[in-house]
Amino acid sequence: MSEVMLRTENLGISFGGLKAAQDVNLTINKGDLYGLIGPNGAGKTTVFNLLTGVYQPTTGKFFLDGEELTGKKQEIINRKGIARTFQNIRLFNNMTVISNVMVALNNLPEYKCSPFASMFRLPKHFETEKKMRDRAKELLDIFGLKEERNTLACNLPYGKQRKLEIARAMATNPKLLLLDEPAAGMNPNETAELMNTIRFVRDNFDMTILLIEHDMKLVGGICEKVTVLNFGQELAKGNTAEVLNDPRVITAYIGEDE
Amino acid sequence: MKNFKIKHFINYALVGALLIFGVIMHFTGSLRPSTAQLFAQIGYGIILAVSLNLVVGFLGELSLGHAGFMCVGAYIGGLFAVMLKQSGLDMKLPVLIIAMIVGGLFAALFGFIIGLPSLRLKGDYLAIVTLAFGEIVRNIFMNQKVFGGAKGLTTGSLIYDTRQSPTLFIVVFIVAIIMLALVQNLVRSKHGRAITAIRDNEIAAKAMGINVTFYKLFVFIVAAFFAGCAGVIYAHTTTPVLYSFFSYNYSIEILVMVVLGGMGSITGSIISAVFITAINFMLQSQLSGDLASLKNVVYAVILVIVVIFSNAPALKSFRERYSISAFFERFRKHDASKRRDDEAKWARVPSKIKMDALLSTDMAPDSDASIHGDISANDKGGSK
Ligand SMILES: Nc1ncnc2c1ncn2[C@@H]1O[C@H](COP(=O)(O)OP(=O)(O)OP(=O)(O)O)[C@@H](O)[C@H]1O
Ligand SMILES: [Mg+2]
Repeated sequence: MSEVMLRTENLGISFGGLKAAQDVNLTINKGDLYGLIGPNGAGKTTVFNLLTGVYQPTTGKFFLDGEELTGKKQEIINRKGIARTFQNIRLFNNMTVISNVMVALNNLPEYKCSPFASMFRLPKHFETEKKMRDRAKELLDIFGLKEERNTLACNLPYGKQRKLEIARAMATNPKLLLLDEPAAGMNPNETAELMNTIRFVRDNFDMTILLIEHDMKLVGGICEKVTVLNFGQELAKGNTAEVLNDPRVITAYIGEDE
Repeated sequence: MKNFKIKHFINYALVGALLIFGVIMHFTGSLRPSTAQLFAQIGYGIILAVSLNLVVGFLGELSLGHAGFMCVGAYIGGLFAVMLKQSGLDMKLPVLIIAMIVGGLFAALFGFIIGLPSLRLKGDYLAIVTLAFGEIVRNIFMNQKVFGGAKGLTTGSLIYDTRQSPTLFIVVFIVAIIMLALVQNLVRSKHGRAITAIRDNEIAAKAMGINVTFYKLFVFIVAAFFAGCAGVIYAHTTTPVLYSFFSYNYSIEILVMVVLGGMGSITGSIISAVFITAINFMLQSQLSGDLASLKNVVYAVILVIVVIFSNAPALKSFRERYSISAFFERFRKHDASKRRDDEAKWARVPSKIKMDALLSTDMAPDSDASIHGDISANDKGGSK
């Protein structure tokens, strides 16, 4: 039995009367590539927002690597090891590609440097900046974005923006990576490349990945396990192939009439 | 890398040139007291504009109470300097420096207090809070006996004599250059990147572990500190220090300097601080008597013309050729990497629209008519 990386206990939130997520019980083992699927409005992004501290759950708890993180602030949760990408890309558009990655390094203990050290240009400042720049270049090199490092993030082609978001999330040195519809808006070639990137991240960084995706080819291709959400509740979970063939899941996607 | 240095150098060069110009006038004896006064005003104008730019341009929060921080510095630093003088310390420069630190620190304390609501309020709401802060602060000082009440704080003993060396403006410009160095160093560091990231996308910044609380407060504190220093300088140029000077109008004037110079552009803030202070000064000295009331009208007309010039679409080509930023752009030309990508080569796909198209075919796990050809959803072999 492998170790558990993320565990949620009856995690739920309601907005007014709407129960956007209810009794979500995820158990994700270390090194898993886990899918979270469901029709539009099922509450998938809401679960991500709960796990990253954007929303505080109205019920339930969640644990990362055994440590309870319920109710923590966003930057604390990130520091504890959960990093994410966004459904609608949220890069720092007016900053260069390398700056985007360097921002994500900001809060790591190894790049600590007081603002006064920077204002007075103490040796610590130069040392930290150099270390950060080197690390950022290394990451960009891994993700094949080194050539574009001085381009503004908003000028990158779409596929590379998605990639940069993943690289930026990885820069925070997470234990668990949450990807929200990484293939949205991609053409088949870009999607294929993305699948390689995701597998590469998992293998190379020993990462545990939870991903939301509508592209069933991608989910079927890389996720070992999935949980299906419908109207905020878990509809099914288990091995990808089995779940995707579950009649209830098919009904949820294509509607009762079918 | 090279263009960075030129950009850098320009800010120091601008202030340095003013300083040298003033010093030459001073030593050739052609510096009139009123011109020395103008130089000092330009000096603290630059400090105010650049520090407000830190809040408005870099952090992206609208503050309408910058004069309030200056007010704190002027009253507290001014009183402190007067007290130092009375206690027998009769050296102008050390008194000014100590008073500036004290006034700046008190203003910074207020910066911390006013920074707190900025953590919860956004845009217009924060603007109203800062505006109220500015008004409250000056009224508090007006009602304190220690600070001279409604008659203002008498700082006659602090005023610099133009014949003296060094005159105040030299000190002011040196302070401005030091502040520029500190602000630029801050902006060009990991902390500056974090601040810019918060402005660009606060949600993403938080998700990347940026301590937004810390940085917002820090920016407010630093900006308030420098505004406080400017206030202490003001107390050394004018007596009495009157609460009415630090009105809402003055906060707006500083904001105009920032907006006119360009949000986030330090060079722009310097240039427009010089420009606006000089216009104000000239109008004040040219228009006397009844005409003095015209000052605000003329000032407003000039501002409107400048804003039209810098924004009107009809003047675009003219502006591209002759504007200040176009001039500086020439230094940046060789850094083509920043704009290298051909934007026409790819289209930004709004993810939702594309998603719906995909959904109709792809989501049914047993659909054959998949966009991706023959690979159906459960076909593991299809993933390469
Ligand atoms: N802040 C909020 N306030 C009120 N309702 C919300 C909020 N956030 C989400 N919801 C609602 O919760 C439900 C789930 O939304 P969510 O964004 O999690 O869906 P999703 O599964 O990510 O869908 P999609 O596939 O379209 O991205 C929706 O009905 C949405 O309107
Ligand atoms: Mg979503």
